[in-house]
Amino acid sequence: MFRNQYDTDVTTWSPAGRLFQVEYAMEAVKQGSAAIGLRSKTHVVLGCVNKANSELSSHQKKIFKVDDHIGVAIAGLTADGRVLSRYMRNECINYNFTYESPLPVGRLVVQLADKAQVCTQRSWKRPYGVGLLVAGLDESGAHLYYNCPSGNYFEYQAFAIGSRSQAAKTYLERRFENFTDSSRDDLVKDAITAIRETLQGETLKSSICTIAVVGIGEPFHILDQGTVQQIIDTFEIAAEQEGPAAEPDAAEQSAAAADQGGSTDEGVAPMDI
Amino acid sequence: MNFMASKQPENSLLGPEADSQRTLYPYVTGTSVVALKYKDGILMAADMGGSYGSTLRYKSVERMKPIGKHSLLGASGEISDFQEILRYLDELILYDNMWDDGNSLGPKEVHNYLTRVMYNRRNKFNPLWNSLVLGGVKNGQKYLGTVSMIGVNFEDNHVATGFGNHLARPILRQEWHENLSYEDGVRLLEKCMRVLLYRDRSAINKLQIAKITEEGMTISQPYSLKTYWEFSAFANPAQGAVGTW
Repeated sequence: MFRNQYDTDVTTWSPAGRLFQVEYAMEAVKQGSAAIGLRSKTHVVLGCVNKANSELSSHQKKIFKVDDHIGVAIAGLTADGRVLSRYMRNECINYNFTYESPLPVGRLVVQLADKAQVCTQRSWKRPYGVGLLVAGLDESGAHLYYNCPSGNYFEYQAFAIGSRSQAAKTYLERRFENFTDSSRDDLVKDAITAIRETLQGETLKSSICTIAVVGIGEPFHILDQGTVQQIIDTFEIAAEQEGPAAEPDAAEQSAAAADQGGSTDEGVAPMDI
Repeated sequence: MNFMASKQPENSLLGPEADSQRTLYPYVTGTSVVALKYKDGILMAADMGGSYGSTLRYKSVERMKPIGKHSLLGASGEISDFQEILRYLDELILYDNMWDDGNSLGPKEVHNYLTRVMYNRRNKFNPLWNSLVLGGVKNGQKYLGTVSMIGVNFEDNHVATGFGNHLARPILRQEWHENLSYEDGVRLLEKCMRVLLYRDRSAINKLQIAKITEEGMTISQPYSLKTYWEFSAFANPAQGAVGTW
């Protein structure tokens, strides 16, 4: 009811104790194209949907290598994401120069969250409009974090952000208990499957998705298109064989996805994601 | 000629900066530190002397200190600069602990931090007049390194500062091997410290040996080494070369 009166400044509270500008920033994340992450004890996999605007253009970069042991996938205002990635790379380089040791991902995530919080408490700033899935290694193993425009951060076994991420989340919720002990290759397969869930029946091709892996003994790198297409091909074959059993599942998911798909069209600022 | 001393012309615009001087020479100094890797971690030895020029002024100076959970720092050179370094490291470890996450700075990180500090001071022509030895164990990995006042740093299986480089390192090069037992390590360090006691005029016969392993750091109570002065060559030192001492 009061939303319009208290949403001009990020430094204005609403009577209900909310900061609407921050919440609007989180909306921007929901409008971005999907990004997912999942982790085992030793590896973390990030994936995202990359749709190019037209056949003539290249797609936007949504996964960034921050250091050999840290990478990030973004959803929302990709320009904000790019700037934050540069900040993260800088922090990692500076730490490495002083200590000759990799910056623990847990600390980078806190620094990132503190940076986001500043923008929620300055009248001349606006919150970053990007959600970040940070994948990295620490002394204590592999980690996946989600950084919010609000300045909050959470650790996850698996997570999905962006448009139609609910479909991916549902898939991940069913399977996450197995992830800790998954092999690296199974983890990648699960990531690709989760991405497929967000596509709502559209054909999954390596040209519209990007997958990146980081693990103990494996520096962060983006898998090349050929490798990804091969993996997609292996389970298209498996899916055909499974065919009839899979259909009831698919019907449920497309119903859930359609609900989300409906709300995304309702007059929120059209972002060029 | 001291080109670094501030001789200001009367109409200088430098202001307060001109009144302080960069470090020109040390005042109270400690002599060699010797350290080696052994089976379970690092052993380090240093005597407890603080010389004021040629006077052995202070005889209970602890020149080795633990840093955080995993490291041990030994220093020779200006004692007040060593204390300043301990203050820097105290703050470093404090902030590291304040993160309160599972991570902690290990000996490698502390060593590199110290290298940055020493090198940056050297670049400003205002060095911390120390040679440092940094040893420690973390997650089963042993680490031993050294940094000098001009920022030269390296790691090795055995290191020493000052006179230790000339007198102790040759002994260590001959007799050090992997997986020394604790007793053998101590014996080897004592051999080095004895030679330094005989030949380094700023050494005193009161030393400590510190040990750091995965479990933690211990530092011995001060003790002295047995010395032998009855070598026949000492009896009449001028015999072969008149005028010698």
